[in-house]
Amino acid sequence: MDIAFMGAVSQGVLWGIMVLGVFVTYKLLDIADLTVDGSFALGGCVCAVAILSGCDPIVAVLAATAAGALAGAVTGLLHTLFEIPAILAGILTQISLWSINLRIMGKSNTPLLTSPTVFSRASELTGLPQSSIAIIVGVVVAIIVVVVMYWFFGTEIGSALRATGSNEHMIRALGVSTAKTKVIALTLSNALVGLSGGLICQSQKYADIGMGTGAIVIGLAAIVIGEVLGRLTPGKLTGFKSRLISAVVGSVVYFLIRAIVLQMGMDANDMKLLSAIIVAIALCVPVVWEKYQQRSSYSKGGEANA
Amino acid sequence: MLKLTCVKKTFNKGTVTEKCALTGVDLTLEDGDFVTIIGGNGAGKSTLLNMIAGVYPLDSGTVELDGHDISRLSEPKRAMYLGRVFQDPMRGTAADMQIEENLALARRRGQHRGLAWGITKQEREEYPALLAKLGLGLETRMSAKVGLLSGGQRQALTLLMATLTNPKLLLLDEHTAALDPKTAAKVLELTEQIVAERNLTTLMVTHNMNDAIRLGNRLIMMHEGNIIYDVRGEEKKALTVPDLLQKFEEVSGGELANDRMLLS
Repeated sequence: MDIAFMGAVSQGVLWGIMVLGVFVTYKLLDIADLTVDGSFALGGCVCAVAILSGCDPIVAVLAATAAGALAGAVTGLLHTLFEIPAILAGILTQISLWSINLRIMGKSNTPLLTSPTVFSRASELTGLPQSSIAIIVGVVVAIIVVVVMYWFFGTEIGSALRATGSNEHMIRALGVSTAKTKVIALTLSNALVGLSGGLICQSQKYADIGMGTGAIVIGLAAIVIGEVLGRLTPGKLTGFKSRLISAVVGSVVYFLIRAIVLQMGMDANDMKLLSAIIVAIALCVPVVWEKYQQRSSYSKGGEANA
Repeated sequence: MLKLTCVKKTFNKGTVTEKCALTGVDLTLEDGDFVTIIGGNGAGKSTLLNMIAGVYPLDSGTVELDGHDISRLSEPKRAMYLGRVFQDPMRGTAADMQIEENLALARRRGQHRGLAWGITKQEREEYPALLAKLGLGLETRMSAKVGLLSGGQRQALTLLMATLTNPKLLLLDEHTAALDPKTAAKVLELTEQIVAERNLTTLMVTHNMNDAIRLGNRLIMMHEGNIIYDVRGEEKKALTVPDLLQKFEEVSGGELANDRMLLS
């Protein structure tokens, strides 16, 4: 396989873990959490600094996860305790993380040229080339995350969390503090985003202050692509497990599309525009379709549908 | 036993939209009381139920349940004592979740929710029998999303969920008002059946005076944030709709604010 496409697949899988994080807030809680841009970069920055200070690469990834979780908790508390609208709470955390990330790294870019990473370790261990090891590590981590998520959202607290997204009134009347479930969801979500940021940092061997910019849009685009693919698959993959898997698959497809259009000569900077257009179209289509159906089902005499 | 002492609530205090919703309500319910509440628009019926459920904080007064003061408890904390059904059928169930998942959420009302399975195998076996009692054929659709059910089916399910763990108090807030007459009658019949079977202490807000007279052992009429008429036992059984209308005119000075009461 072409090396560029191998890279796209590994990026897709590693970013896919972030997409799973976005899935928790966007799909289950019905919140577009803008913390993601900041917490993704936070994961990368924390991971890079941890590795440079001599931490084990795995410990560095765990640190990135914890940092992401903390960022999510801050957004959660701003949103629930102080009743700041979710979008604004996310923006506040995201903006503050820009400064925090610069403080953590002390500069805007931290290279990890010769430092060991989980990928170089795995490569030494198995003797496989780094390009394919990134995919393998990514798939293994993604599978673990999907399994854990599948288990968690089947538990009592996980069900309560899903119910919070579905009907807040109801679940409060059933004795669940929705403030608590929302904070838990935002924390978990951003932990996954931080984890993904840490892994991406190790795979590309640097952390950059701007690495999270537009992450939320990539997340939404991947979810949307995954959903469409899931629906197109025979048997309509709409169960919870398949929704999680299709989010990761959507991410891989997103990065493949990206690799293709870049090879076709598109400017890399235009990619964000393309992502935004994909998400916008995906959000527009159902609305336009419904309006079209309503209009076309109208008939003056009413005999057409009688 | 439920005891309200001088419960007051004003919304939007100090603004032009200030609304005194409850002006110092005193009310004591004995165990097993089934109380129907009627009153015009804005009389404070729903607010009364919401204050008991802890939806809004009290301005003053106390709410006691079985001798415990629950006035300062949050809505989720009070939930372990209360079963609630709302006017809006969409409000009592989670549309994106399965019927059995909804029941499992209700089974754990007020309990600590940890990392145990959200629904156990045993529950999956028990729930169909409970649903069969509703007589709506839902027992064969356990894993269907609740969003696919009709308003009446959802309301019947909410009623079952509200009474799944014996609540100390059942709060019904015009729970048949949004349903068509036939479905409303069915849900009301289920309500009677469940309340009688389990001897639940119940507060039911309704705009239907016939229902208010026919159901329960006690009737309360509210007006402008307080209870203006409280009748029980034989005296209540002997009531007629014209009696109630006359009573309402006496205390409220002639006008009947709620057209729906007249229509039903």
